[in-house]
Amino acid sequence: MTQGGELLEFLLRQGDNALILGHRTSEWCGTGPALEEDIALTNIALDLIGQTQLWFSYAAEVESVGRTANDLAYLRDAYDFRNVLMLELPNGDFGQTILRQFFFDAFQVPWLDALVGSSDTRVAEIAEKSLKEARYHLERSSETVFALGDGTQESNERMQKALDVLWPFAGELMVDDEIDQAMTNKGIAPLPSTIRAAWEREVHASLAKAYLTMPEGNFAHSGGRTGFRHTEHLGHLLSTMQVLQRSFPGATW
Amino acid sequence: MVDQKEWPLWEVFVRGAHGMSHRHVGSVHAADADHAIKNARDVYTRRNEGVSIWVIEASKITASDPGDKEHLFEPARDKVYRHPTFYELPDEAGNM
Repeated sequence: MTQGGELLEFLLRQGDNALILGHRTSEWCGTGPALEEDIALTNIALDLIGQTQLWFSYAAEVESVGRTANDLAYLRDAYDFRNVLMLELPNGDFGQTILRQFFFDAFQVPWLDALVGSSDTRVAEIAEKSLKEARYHLERSSETVFALGDGTQESNERMQKALDVLWPFAGELMVDDEIDQAMTNKGIAPLPSTIRAAWEREVHASLAKAYLTMPEGNFAHSGGRTGFRHTEHLGHLLSTMQVLQRSFPGATW
Repeated sequence: MVDQKEWPLWEVFVRGAHGMSHRHVGSVHAADADHAIKNARDVYTRRNEGVSIWVIEASKITASDPGDKEHLFEPARDKVYRHPTFYELPDEAGNM
């Protein structure tokens, strides 16, 4: 693989995480459990789509074959995507959506914080801008996890169920491969596994406070980040997200 | 655990710029004061409207009685000399 290829792969992983979670979160628009939560989720979705734009613009430059950020979002197929599997799973109920957001935010804050010191100035700039948004997302998602875990018996049971569903998917965020090693060798990014301690501290503290029981084991589904094997849900997500550009190629407004 | 289906109502005040005063912009529902600040941030400042937010639980506000408006407000109606419109403000005075 060429050097540009490794950096491109890294950038797509960042952008695809933001895009796929952004799209999933946008599915709540107009259906949130309260007006305030509905708008808050939509704001988060928009933040993530904005971050996607930054990552993909840089990725398109690095790739330099004439594809644009929009092409990367709307004209790639499921096997080209590099997001972790957890983010493409269907939303489930509100609690499951919030818990997934929390797992992602708890990784993203220390991760972006580390990327601010990247040897690649473009990566550092994108990280710095995204970090401010991620910090707010984490504040919001961690407090909502607490509120729901410590709420009614039903909300606690639902959060525990969401935890059992999502737990085997969370670990993929922090598994290293040769792309990560290449980024670390160039000083572009730390190994994702170095974020695990900070992630666990945040997650363990929040779950304990919310009366939620950590599932046993550290098994993690994988295949999203490497593009080796996505879940069956990604294709359905893309068919909705990409339908306009697929039906009317080049359409603008 | 409080047995209530709805979050209480909070009135929201946003300061648009340094040096200005907070203005009432609307209300949000929220479980507590911190949650109300966050909801107000998401509902009322998403287009860059503010630099500061105040929230207060709506039930904590004491309002004047609409039935008292004659003796509360009408006496001020014919006292135009109380308006500072008889002299010009220099631009340097800024927002008054």
